[in-house]
Amino acid sequence: MTTKAAAPPPGGAAKPQSAAEAKFLGFAALGRMFSPLTGAITVFGDHILLLGRAVAWLFRRPFRLRLFLEQMEFVGVGSLPIIMLVGFFTGAVTSLQAILALALFEQQRYVGFGVGISLARELAPVFTALMITARAGSGMATELASMRITEQVDALTTFAVNPVQYLVTPRLIASCLMLPVMSMVFNVVGLIGVYVVAIISYQIDLGQVLALFRLGVDPLDYIEGLIKSFFFGVTMATCACYQGLGVRGGAKEVGLATTRAVVSTSVTVLVLDYFLIQIMNVLFPYGT
Amino acid sequence: MADSGPKRDQRWQIQIQDLHKSFGAQHVLRGVNLNIERGKINIIIGGSGQGKSVLMKHLMGLLAPDSGHIFVDGDDIIGLGDVAIAKIQRKFGMVFQYAALFDSLNVVENIAFPLLERYHLPKAEVMDRVRSLLKLLDLANVSGIEQKFPAELSGGMRKRVGLARALIDRPEILLYDEPTTGLDPIATKNVDQMIRRTADEFGVTSVVISHDMASTFRIADRIAMLYEGVIVANGTRAEVMASPHPMLREFAEASGTIHFGSAPS
Repeated sequence: MTTKAAAPPPGGAAKPQSAAEAKFLGFAALGRMFSPLTGAITVFGDHILLLGRAVAWLFRRPFRLRLFLEQMEFVGVGSLPIIMLVGFFTGAVTSLQAILALALFEQQRYVGFGVGISLARELAPVFTALMITARAGSGMATELASMRITEQVDALTTFAVNPVQYLVTPRLIASCLMLPVMSMVFNVVGLIGVYVVAIISYQIDLGQVLALFRLGVDPLDYIEGLIKSFFFGVTMATCACYQGLGVRGGAKEVGLATTRAVVSTSVTVLVLDYFLIQIMNVLFPYGT
Repeated sequence: MADSGPKRDQRWQIQIQDLHKSFGAQHVLRGVNLNIERGKINIIIGGSGQGKSVLMKHLMGLLAPDSGHIFVDGDDIIGLGDVAIAKIQRKFGMVFQYAALFDSLNVVENIAFPLLERYHLPKAEVMDRVRSLLKLLDLANVSGIEQKFPAELSGGMRKRVGLARALIDRPEILLYDEPTTGLDPIATKNVDQMIRRTADEFGVTSVVISHDMASTFRIADRIAMLYEGVIVANGTRAEVMASPHPMLREFAEASGTIHFGSAPS
């Protein structure tokens, strides 16, 4: 929902009749100038309102456990193959590059250290969020959008079922619970990728790699990654549901809503990542 | 018009008074006054974009008007809170234009949805009620119907499942949103018969919004015409036939099915 700028008066700019009107026209022009900004703020506010309502409805009866489990299966179990595939190759490719770089100093044994930290703090949470957005976030937006245009959302309301409680809350909870889980799966499979490349293919000594990995990678790195995944889950569900439920029109709009959901989630995840890192650097200073 | 007011009226189940609604600069409803007769089929006709769907959404409390009143059995439903409006909504069942079945649920789950959401009934009782409705709506003999999903049903079947879902909580008032749109003539006739039978067998008050003139004159007890946000013609079928409003006349004759032989010019 974006705000519309005030329509210009018919016949071009009207001459102000009085000082008050001149002031009003001045404000109107100012309003038009800032309309993209106010529009963006409105959209952001609508997202926050939707999120707030979804959280509030979590604590009101009835509790539909089945819907939560269904969504957790969709977001989590359903994404398992793609997360494992991407996780493996992310670990493998990153360690390949790391080995090539570390070879300059003959320090290939640091590969587990470097890739382990990268996976825990950045690669696993961000790639998991992006992959699950592409798979489950787009699915959510499409499903809700087609429910909206086929009046299924209205039908829910006629049975006195709140659409936010029935549709958004389970998706929100499932996303923010399952993204950290999937992120951990990504980490584990990513490390298998490291093992395959570093130990099997490049025959670097396992004992040294492991010892340096233990030395360098802290449980706090994983906790940081999990906290980020939680917020990425919130972002994904909110953007996808907002775009899905906000749709008006026909099949074309459904497609556009899905695209907007994926793009807005991906961008928000990356921007949010930056700020979360800044916040967590204060909360858990690096290297302590 | 009968006397209107906040008292329960034996004849009129719903009384709409001076209802206004705008969306931005668009003034959709411009003072709608209409009474809906208890136990009868009340059809509201009008062209596309005349505010029929908006009016219907107001009846169920899905939209709030800018001004005006809607009395359902004497209770003004405008400005009620969530809980009070939910209580009123239980009197209503709505049949959507394209059925609006939940496509993640099968036929039985769709029909039972209102019951499962509102009450804690034993499973056997829910199934009994679902099966008796399936039988009543001639769906029971379709093989495997109970486990089918909406995507596997034909348009007519979907509509009947939608009706079953609207009927299962035994509503007093049934709202139909353009029930015959997109159906072939035979399916249209079947839907007409279904509306008539439902009204007769369950004694429900039916409110149908439609632009299908042939159907309207086949089944309506009362006809009202919504034009540019106001009701321009209103009365029993005979009354409306006897002295049609010029717009209604044009509308009916454009459809090529109705000719007003004795109507004044």
